[in-house]
Amino acid sequence: MEMLRVDNLAVTRGGLPVLEGLSFTLNAGHALVLRGPNGIGKTTLLRTLAGLQPALAGTISMPPETMAYAAHSDGLKATLSVAENLHFWASVYGTGSIDGALDQMNLRQLATRAAMSLSAGQKRRLGLARLLVTGRKIWLLDEPTVSLDAASVREFGAIVQQHLQTGGLALMATHIDLGIDAQVLDLTPHMQAAAQLRQDQEGFF
Amino acid sequence: MIALLIRDLRLALRAGGGFGLGLAFFLIVAALVPFAVGPQAAVLSTIAGGVLWLGALLACLLSLDRILALDWEDGSLDLMASAPLPLEALVSIKALAHWLTTALPLVLAAPVLGVLLQLPQAGFYWITLSLAIGTPALSVIGTFGAALTVGIKRGGLLLSILVLPLYVPTLIFGAELTRRGIQGMDTSTPLLMSAGISFACIAVMPFASAAVLRVNLR
Repeated sequence: MEMLRVDNLAVTRGGLPVLEGLSFTLNAGHALVLRGPNGIGKTTLLRTLAGLQPALAGTISMPPETMAYAAHSDGLKATLSVAENLHFWASVYGTGSIDGALDQMNLRQLATRAAMSLSAGQKRRLGLARLLVTGRKIWLLDEPTVSLDAASVREFGAIVQQHLQTGGLALMATHIDLGIDAQVLDLTPHMQAAAQLRQDQEGFF
Repeated sequence: MIALLIRDLRLALRAGGGFGLGLAFFLIVAALVPFAVGPQAAVLSTIAGGVLWLGALLACLLSLDRILALDWEDGSLDLMASAPLPLEALVSIKALAHWLTTALPLVLAAPVLGVLLQLPQAGFYWITLSLAIGTPALSVIGTFGAALTVGIKRGGLLLSILVLPLYVPTLIFGAELTRRGIQGMDTSTPLLMSAGISFACIAVMPFASAAVLRVNLR
């Protein structure tokens, strides 16, 4: 089943086009990994898909209320406990229960600890547990494995795999291999097109 | 939405939440004014209403940059903007949380601090009433200012400059309401104006705040 469709998308950062001519579709149960050097616009593309910034051209179509976005920063509140942080997101997304996420991300023992006393890797796990409590199908992940150790990366790979098997889909920017079978989209050709477009614009003005 | 309100109240009350900041500032202003202008009861009781209003307004201003900046810094503002929570609701709740944690304590403290300033008997009622009516406008206008300057590192100065002119009508009519009330004059005009300004701000400002926030998050 086709869930996410992107047609001839062009995205901008700071008003300048960075990627252009992006077209892909993603079916339920599939993952797409975005590749490309730093600064190419992976984050910008994910933010555009998340609806945080408008696209320069092209269309994005996905069923309403199906997308959850996980950014570079986890958006944790340092003075709230792990459980309080998760409860907040669970009620924002109207899902309620956080038990499954605590168990899956191995955070049960840390539930009452304040988020500020967690290590970087534990914080990241909490940030990813937030994804689980959203109950959304489409995951937009920006560098999800930063600060995770090898074991946690494997665990996270397994969680993504399980998400895919239950009909979810994931679109992620990552440099490492998560051990899941995913399509890979190299963004470099789209950058060259955008550079051309930028030049044309500058010539125009 | 209630979850967001509870979260914000909890954050404000926990360590480092800045709950007491505005209140402490208000207390300092009210305590120092008698030293600055002299202890004559006649002078103090004339200016008490105005000083309390000014102190409350500046105390409010002091806490504005916390409304959205903290959420922006740790990335939760981005995540909330992509969550099923309309930005209009988000900024309204933020303003409400600001009012409850900053402005409401000021409203309640004002009559107590009025004692230090020789506030006339009738003034206790009027200062509480005028602050209670006027401060919601301060919170929603302040949230608009915070939305305008979100993403600017140390945007506090810019925020103050942008917001202060918008605060002037509230200050004028609020202080005028207190003055007339103390002198036993007809209070209906400043009362209606204060209430009108607050209601108009509550009705219009969330849409403006959400619009600028949307632009600033790009």
